Amino acid sequence: MNTRRLNWPLWVGFLLTFGAFLSYFFVFVQYPITRDFPWANLLLFVLAAVFLIIGFRRGFAADRAHPTGSKIVTSIVGILSLAIFGFFVFTVFVAGRWLPSSTGAPHVGQRAPDFTLSDTSGKSVSLPQLLSEPVNGNQPKGVLLVFYRGYW
Amino acid sequence: MDQFKQAGIRPVAISVDSPEESRSLTQKAGYSFTFLSDPNADVIRRYDLVHKGAGENGRDIARPAEFLLDSSGTVRWVNLTENYWIRARPEQILEVSKLLK
Repeated sequence: MNTRRLNWPLWVGFLLTFGAFLSYFFVFVQYPITRDFPWANLLLFVLAAVFLIIGFRRGFAADRAHPTGSKIVTSIVGILSLAIFGFFVFTVFVAGRWLPSSTGAPHVGQRAPDFTLSDTSGKSVSLPQLLSEPVNGNQPKGVLLVFYRGYW
Repeated sequence: MDQFKQAGIRPVAISVDSPEESRSLTQKAGYSFTFLSDPNADVIRRYDLVHKGAGENGRDIARPAEFLLDSSGTVRWVNLTENYWIRARPEQILEVSKLLK
């Protein structure tokens, strides 16, 4: 058997690509600075690209101990890495913008439409109640309504 | 979130999740503010925030949005994000809430 040397920069690059992708959703999305613009992830992708390029040069180096198989593996890893990067850019920069425009949403100066909804204990809560029940023992100065997509 | 309470602001979260789903979320995340359930997106529709078919099984859900109301129920500040990865920051809202009496 040939003593095939592992093309480690290629695999480090691939793992980094994977890490750069996943870390946004599991880590960096929690911090506003790294969420609003994913610079931390883009930096990781750049670092990954450096390793991948080194890995590519090794994978396609003049056939010494390398069997042709390594070229195929190198190509597959490269394409996969590119696909992951592409999917990341798509999810964060393109799909994130697929939101309706909401021109009819209440704007500044308008009265917020009334509502009555159930809280987590199934109790009905109305907007006037939210506006009048004490916060911290005092009359509330205001209510912050946060609409969110839902957690499932 | 305690900063909001200190500022006299009541944060209220609204989504299509059922009270049970919201309860498990608040327990897991340790949130202490009000979570309201709008399973048929009626209120979400009244606020024109429906993101049609974007939920599980093509269900209508809310697009992310934040409204700061004063004690009379008048809207004082709105944030309708264009990218759902980008949300209003608490500091930003606290800054605006200083203007409320």
